[in-house]
Amino acid sequence: MINNTPSPFAEGLRRALPIILGYVPVGFAFGVLAVKNNIPPGLAVAMAFTMFSGSGQFVFASLWGAGAGVFSIIAAVFIVNLRYLLMSAAWSSWMVRLPRGMRFLLGLGLTDENFAVHITALQQGWQLKLTTLFTCNCTTHLGWIIGCTIGAFCGGLVNDVRPLGLDYAITAMFLALVVPQCVSRLHIVVAVFTTSLSIALKAAGMSQWNVAVATVLGASLGVLLLYGQNSWKTPPAEENHG
Amino acid sequence: MDDTALILCLAGSVLATVLPKVIPVTFLRGDSLPLLLRHWLAFVPVAVMAALVGPDVFFYEGQFNATTSNLFLMVAIPSLLVAWRFKNYFVTIAFGIGLVILARWSGLY
Repeated sequence: MINNTPSPFAEGLRRALPIILGYVPVGFAFGVLAVKNNIPPGLAVAMAFTMFSGSGQFVFASLWGAGAGVFSIIAAVFIVNLRYLLMSAAWSSWMVRLPRGMRFLLGLGLTDENFAVHITALQQGWQLKLTTLFTCNCTTHLGWIIGCTIGAFCGGLVNDVRPLGLDYAITAMFLALVVPQCVSRLHIVVAVFTTSLSIALKAAGMSQWNVAVATVLGASLGVLLLYGQNSWKTPPAEENHG
Repeated sequence: MDDTALILCLAGSVLATVLPKVIPVTFLRGDSLPLLLRHWLAFVPVAVMAALVGPDVFFYEGQFNATTSNLFLMVAIPSLLVAWRFKNYFVTIAFGIGLVILARWSGLY
């Protein structure tokens, strides 16, 4: 019998590959920006290792370069990272059976992309395997660190990533990740509403709050419509979590 | 002095990043949450991805741009179709980046 299912390790690598495609160039761009904004290259690499958060690191570097105060930088980083609270809570519904220590370690590897690929697989009926989760999270983290390191220490190597289309890498990834989430008309409505709201909030100047605020309101709209559809009498079918 | 401030800032930012990532998944009991909250959380993935992608597509070179001069918007439209048709991350990403390279190489953008 031919076994078509990849091993949990291979599945982790397969999941990590498209993510790394985006993380290396964006990490590179971060490394370049950090050094330009008076952050020593070694510290830029330490940030990649300890924070593992593109948006948080970019906010940090640009505000530090602009001479902002320590507390306002930390506050800004926290605000752009508020979405992690929601994502981590969403992960928790799928990971209740794992030991607490494992859940903590998985939480350390939470990024927008790792969150989305794992939760999409789980929604599609994938049987959770720790090896796959950790392989993917560690590989993408390594890719991120490598990208940041090259950018910080050899930023002069590449003058411009634009002819290679790499400034579009993260956008391409978000597009690829949002589409499999649109599994019903209700989900499409939520996606269109949330994306419009996020754009509007950013245009109105809430460039650090927009994602978290739009997500909270978008998910609330989803629940309202869901319960409206079922008119409270028949509660929505139990999600097959975990 | 500057170095101390930088290290302090980094330490605070690490906490501000790592704590939101780990606290809910470590301490929430996802199966004992009220049903309403669980339904709400089930919408978080689609909502958060949509909230991230919109500004990325519509803010081109630092400002809102909903015209044909926004390359990312022009590439995103066929990319959505590719994503929907092939349901494959790699194909969607490669297609999008390929189009961006092509558009710039041909001098259109």
